[in-house]
Amino acid sequence: MKTPEELKYSKTHEWVRFISETEAEVGLSDFAQDALGDLVFVNLPEPDAEAVKGETICDVESVKAVSDVYAPASGTVSEVNEELLDAPEKINSDPYGAWLFRLTDVTDTDDLLDAEAYIAHCESEEH
Amino acid sequence: MKTLFERSVAGRKCTILPACDVPETKPQETREKALRLPELSETDISRHYTQLAKQTFGVNDGFYPLGSCTMKYNPKVNERTASLEGFTEVHPSQNAQGCLELLKTAEQYLCEITGMDAMTFQPAAGAHGELTGLMLIKRYHELNNHPLRKKIIVPDSAHGTNPASSSMCGFTVVNIPSAEDGCVDLEKLREAVGEDTAGLMLTNPNTLGIFDKNIKAITDIVHEAGGLCYYDGANLNAVMGIARPGDMGFDCIHLNLHKSFSTPHGGGGPGSGPVGCKSFLADYLPGEKIAEENGKLCWQPRGDASIGAVRSFHGNFLVVVKAFTYLVTLGKEGVPMVAKNAVLNANYIKHLLEGTWDVAKKGTCMHEFVLTLEELKKETGVSAMDVAKALQDYGIHPPTMYFPLNVHEALMIEPTETESRETLDEAAAAFMDIWKTIQENPESLHDTPHHSPIKRPDEVNAARHPVLRYPFND
Repeated sequence: MKTPEELKYSKTHEWVRFISETEAEVGLSDFAQDALGDLVFVNLPEPDAEAVKGETICDVESVKAVSDVYAPASGTVSEVNEELLDAPEKINSDPYGAWLFRLTDVTDTDDLLDAEAYIAHCESEEH
Repeated sequence: MKTLFERSVAGRKCTILPACDVPETKPQETREKALRLPELSETDISRHYTQLAKQTFGVNDGFYPLGSCTMKYNPKVNERTASLEGFTEVHPSQNAQGCLELLKTAEQYLCEITGMDAMTFQPAAGAHGELTGLMLIKRYHELNNHPLRKKIIVPDSAHGTNPASSSMCGFTVVNIPSAEDGCVDLEKLREAVGEDTAGLMLTNPNTLGIFDKNIKAITDIVHEAGGLCYYDGANLNAVMGIARPGDMGFDCIHLNLHKSFSTPHGGGGPGSGPVGCKSFLADYLPGEKIAEENGKLCWQPRGDASIGAVRSFHGNFLVVVKAFTYLVTLGKEGVPMVAKNAVLNANYIKHLLEGTWDVAKKGTCMHEFVLTLEELKKETGVSAMDVAKALQDYGIHPPTMYFPLNVHEALMIEPTETESRETLDEAAAAFMDIWKTIQENPESLHDTPHHSPIKRPDEVNAARHPVLRYPFND
């Protein structure tokens, strides 16, 4: 399982890449894509949608089930990765390249985990 | 195998019609091109469908423990009554007295079983019933001036259609996690209810096969907060004739006649998802109600409070005929026997598998139980999918997989009451045989099934790039 050091993570398995202090990219972690299995659909949020930390922002569908994606922090959706609509498999093959959406005015970031803490969190979830 | 289109030969027919002996007239509006229907002989068509039938697996082929779907045997006498001319060659507007009497009696029986006061047969299937039931709740709050009540609470052990139906009805879904024992977490429920609560949707027994021990406390908490309680009757097979949702405090309910009451499922449908309710909701029910006038049964409008029709006439009437046949065949002694044997069968096979296979929740189950293959997958790489596919080689339909979502690598097994002890023994032996293979040669499980007509369909490609129509060349 890959967990890049430079990223932050939520307990609900989203990763966050800060582009600046208030802008960030969000995707699904390697652990999440592995647990979900092959993804077949991605429902992206509307651009300009308000992201509220911990609340459902969009969803993804794998061959097993539809799963909610939670906003790892609060902010405004500035851009969505439309490429994923036709190629959801990119989340499986390159989870840290396949960003879902970008946020501006990012707040509520205190609960985000660093890579080490996230790995520990995943291990505790496995047991 | 080839499709009918691929077998089509231009000009081939099933019959030779005599020459037309009246002048031909051309309707004013005709299509420019002929419909592109396949042209085949009757022999070709018959062989095509027989070949398709050989690739399918139904409850008449073997054990079908598909969790939460209640794949019980459908007695053939049901089909016989449902094909009686008095039921088939009649129009709903004819007010045929026999048909009305059957519907009225079926309503009484099902109300007695569920503890409800009134019922509609309009909904065509389970999720349609859920939507209808939620519309009753919505109507209730509208007419009682509760504009704030827009949230439906759904525990995570509920059926996946519950949150979907709530959203579709315009409610906001509040998901609450289960407690450690698999039941509703009362504290979490108390935190979730409030002035915005429209109601609760609950599947009981839940998807883990557990009868919620706090059921009355749950409905009390919701009622005290001003919400209503909806019972998803999908798992009624475990309790029918023994415990009544109406007595547990539920205000409305849907039943799946095609599950609990032995009428065909899915592709073999159509289904029927009648919705029952307590008297204070009865005026909101859709469609018309049966009344008696001058010694004759007739249909009567329900009035302005009704949510309106959710389907034409009286729903899938012949499905009700089958379910009614089942009910009168069983009688009031037979109905609780169904539930008891369904629970006994589930516990019997669970007992045989326990100790080798990992059961998600220990203790006695109701009509179904869930295995978790999480540890097995970590140790051997063999997944729930691999085991499900391997079962096909033993002539067993795979159990429900990867559901409920709160159990990882889940296999959900519901044997139903219509399986003999010998069948359950054979199924348990198949599971043990698979277990042995996993220990000896786990790799061999990844390309199961080895003997079924269809091996592993490319599910990912089918979902990502579905081909939904025949690609004609021109």
